[in-house]
Amino acid sequence: MTALLTLTVLVLVAIAIWQMTKIFELSQTKTEHDEIANDSDNKNNGYLLFAFLIFIYGITIFSFAKYYKMLLPEAASEHGADYDQLMWVSFAIIFFVQTITQALLHYFGYKYRGQKGKKALFFADNDRLEFIWTIIPVIVLAGLILWGLYTWTNIMDINEDDDPLIVELYAQQFNWTARYGGDDNVLGEANVRLIDIANANVLGLDESDPNAEDDIIVKELHLPVGRKVNFKMRSQDVLHSAYMPHFRAQMNCVPGMITQFSFTPTVTTEEMRLNPDVVDKVKRTNAIRAQKAAEGIPNNEPWEFDYVLLCNKICGKSHYNMQMKIIVETEEEFNKWLAEQKTFKETVMIDETEQAHNLEDDADIELSETASVE
Amino acid sequence: MSEVAHVNHDDHHDDHGHHHKETFITKYIFSQDHKMISKQYLITGLIMGFIGIAMSLLFRMQLAWPGESFGIFEAVLGKWAPDGVMDADIYLALVTIHGTLMVFFVLTQGLSGTFSNLLIPLQIGARDMASGFMNMVSYWMFFVSSVIMIISLFVEAGPAAAGWTIYPPLSALPMAQPGSGMGMTLWLVSMAIFIASSLLGSLNYIVTVINLRTKGMSMTRLPLTIWTFFVTAIIGVVSFPVLLSAALLLIMDRSFGTSFFLSDIFIQGEVLHYQGGSPVLYEHLFWFLGHPEVYIVILPAMGIVSEVMAVNARKPIFGYRAMIASVLAIAFLSTIVWGHHMFVSGMNPFLGSVFTFTTLLIAIPSAVKAFNWITTLWKGNLQLNPGMLFSIGMVSTFITGGLTGIILGDSTLDINVHDTYFVVAHFHLVMGISALYGMFAGIYHWFPKMFHGRMMNKNLGYVHFWITAVCSYGVFFPMHFVGMAGVPRRYYENTAFPMFDELTNVQVLMTVFAIIAGFAQLIFVYNFISSIFYGKKGPVNPWGANTLEWTTPQEHIHGNWPGEIPHVYRWAYDYSKTYENGEYIIAGQDFVPQNVPLQENEEELNH
Repeated sequence: MTALLTLTVLVLVAIAIWQMTKIFELSQTKTEHDEIANDSDNKNNGYLLFAFLIFIYGITIFSFAKYYKMLLPEAASEHGADYDQLMWVSFAIIFFVQTITQALLHYFGYKYRGQKGKKALFFADNDRLEFIWTIIPVIVLAGLILWGLYTWTNIMDINEDDDPLIVELYAQQFNWTARYGGDDNVLGEANVRLIDIANANVLGLDESDPNAEDDIIVKELHLPVGRKVNFKMRSQDVLHSAYMPHFRAQMNCVPGMITQFSFTPTVTTEEMRLNPDVVDKVKRTNAIRAQKAAEGIPNNEPWEFDYVLLCNKICGKSHYNMQMKIIVETEEEFNKWLAEQKTFKETVMIDETEQAHNLEDDADIELSETASVE
Repeated sequence: MSEVAHVNHDDHHDDHGHHHKETFITKYIFSQDHKMISKQYLITGLIMGFIGIAMSLLFRMQLAWPGESFGIFEAVLGKWAPDGVMDADIYLALVTIHGTLMVFFVLTQGLSGTFSNLLIPLQIGARDMASGFMNMVSYWMFFVSSVIMIISLFVEAGPAAAGWTIYPPLSALPMAQPGSGMGMTLWLVSMAIFIASSLLGSLNYIVTVINLRTKGMSMTRLPLTIWTFFVTAIIGVVSFPVLLSAALLLIMDRSFGTSFFLSDIFIQGEVLHYQGGSPVLYEHLFWFLGHPEVYIVILPAMGIVSEVMAVNARKPIFGYRAMIASVLAIAFLSTIVWGHHMFVSGMNPFLGSVFTFTTLLIAIPSAVKAFNWITTLWKGNLQLNPGMLFSIGMVSTFITGGLTGIILGDSTLDINVHDTYFVVAHFHLVMGISALYGMFAGIYHWFPKMFHGRMMNKNLGYVHFWITAVCSYGVFFPMHFVGMAGVPRRYYENTAFPMFDELTNVQVLMTVFAIIAGFAQLIFVYNFISSIFYGKKGPVNPWGANTLEWTTPQEHIHGNWPGEIPHVYRWAYDYSKTYENGEYIIAGQDFVPQNVPLQENEEELNH
């Protein structure tokens, strides 16, 4: 397909050049001011403007026919449905305006192409016309603004109603970590200054905060379907952005502050895998991957659909591969999974021998540091 | 006048009073003449544009054929493309420098610097800029900043690579990214000098337009080009200093340990001392310039298009006063919409609401402009010169790109397309391609004014336009779909996500179009250079335009007009104006230049 397209483009370019050289040759006969458009230039380019209008419509139809199916599947979150609807209406308006204005622009270019002796109309002003095309955008945009702001306020109203699940998304170059509040659903205090790599306290949790004890730190984001999730985002180094396209959700992670986003997942991973659009997409994708695997390109195992969390703010060398899998499952499955995970207390705080060992290490380091200073 | 041999440059200096001996250096290098300075801006801008576009072709190839080895990569990138495979860091550097060069060096100073300098004195009827010396300093600071930016491409650890917006902490910490070391320092120094250059230029433009208009040239008789250059200069003076402050604070954070933008950072196994700063503050400061900047880029293009379109349609621009009003409205609104780049930055969502409101308001003056341009074509006698085609093309891409702004300016809809290829497609069409078209329209149209009456080859111009027009849509139209599929921008490759696998074909299509478009620009380069030396000389007023620049002799003389500066008696758009009996005001001529007094029985319709 690509080869065909490439060929088509090349052929079209060749035709364009051929036509142009023809025009060039034709215009050679004229001697006076030959760098100024004459009637035949106006005629040729007038026709080309009309052809260009067809090209614009053509590429629009082509893109829709070929690429529409590649777009994201239906939203998997509660607000996502509102989002998709607003998007759809905005697009309808855009395409309506685009179709009409491009038609007028290029058709006028074709229709009123210049001819020697033709008289243009001296038409400098018309208050009524200008009023019409000021007031129509005003009305349409007022509608879009009000609708958009209403939806925005709803989405960004992050509150503790309906017992939301509290999850921290923690970003660093170049991976994600998630932290659950545990049994009490309250996240323990944390700060990068408390990070203790040697002691496996990678998120800098405050070990003296009782809320931190039952916190659960994981590398795969599990969410129960139908329950509101309040995300608290943190970053330890540079800006990152937590982008969850299937849920129409995105928020930057900013070092030095906690940002928030909230949504309610409505479709489990299992259900989404059965969505006909997704089934088709997986089929198409796996055909491509099988072909690549046959060519010996690594990392082209068959793909099974999963929700993902991507980094969407330039963050350095491996920005393009900073991701975390998201699994939306039923409440029971989620609770079962959560119960299997170790708490912060179990992984970091309880291990006395480890602690003592680390303390010794620290002492050693301090000693050696003092020694080196001396 | 055209009979004067152009090789004999020095003769004409005897024509007028304030003459002094010029050497090669004062004439071509440290020139204080606005016409020469405008050419210096243009050529510097075109060279930077050549580099910027070449870079985009390199990273487009990487996107279409990820991880593939290309001889050209190894040849151009050297150690950053071991065995011809592009390195991920240099990919980000290419993206960053492409953005910086195109936005600032090509479309700000290359476009506005060239045409403001050329046209402001010529079209308002002034002998030169208010301060020729300041004008010269402005250009040379631009030149120095260009040189520093180019030098930064050759430093050991690579050039700046944090994206053209250089958000800290990424841009502030050399350990976060190799490009944030010496490369970023040079970037910041270069931009600081660039801003100074831009301010000197802008102040000069403003003062010249206000003070040096010839007799009769009231503000409402100015051609729209001058209005847009004037308003652009004002926005530049208002917003560029804020970028300078952002750059200075960033330099302080980087080099002197302050914490304006940094706080709570743990990187490479250690906690840094920074405490209390906020990257969001940087975003506010950056976009306080950054958004007006896109209007600094597009407004001059709009002015050029309005002028070129009216001249070639042989009709007055439709709704002259509405055009001025919409330029002023856009300029005002442009300074209060910057937050729409930050809907998901973590700033208060209420601010997002305010910025959505102001942002969508900008669509109104933009729509008025688009409709006025379309109406200007209606019932015209369109002379489809290359400049005219680029003007029509600009309106087309401005509409296509502008409409998707309704999606991105809406805080709700921005959530899921923010920082995806949808944004890239949007701004390339609405400001990148549109402004480039405006620039090309201006070059084709005013080339005879710049180069002593020589004209560019129109047929090469047609080929250049049509290939560019088809390819621009070919690159950026499908790109919207890539963005809507969720592909983030600034990804070195998309192979880490199987959900993007089927989009590789789209990337290939876009890259093929981009490469063809890139090579089509060589036609322009050839046409431009050969026409400077061998272009055919046209008449003094080749397009039959009303504005004053065409009343000057083709040979450039210091002071522009050999005798007195012409007086102005009418607005710039008396094209195809007739008496009530249908006869042209000047028999046999469908235009009435601004310096022609009102004729008997002629009704003055516009001032």
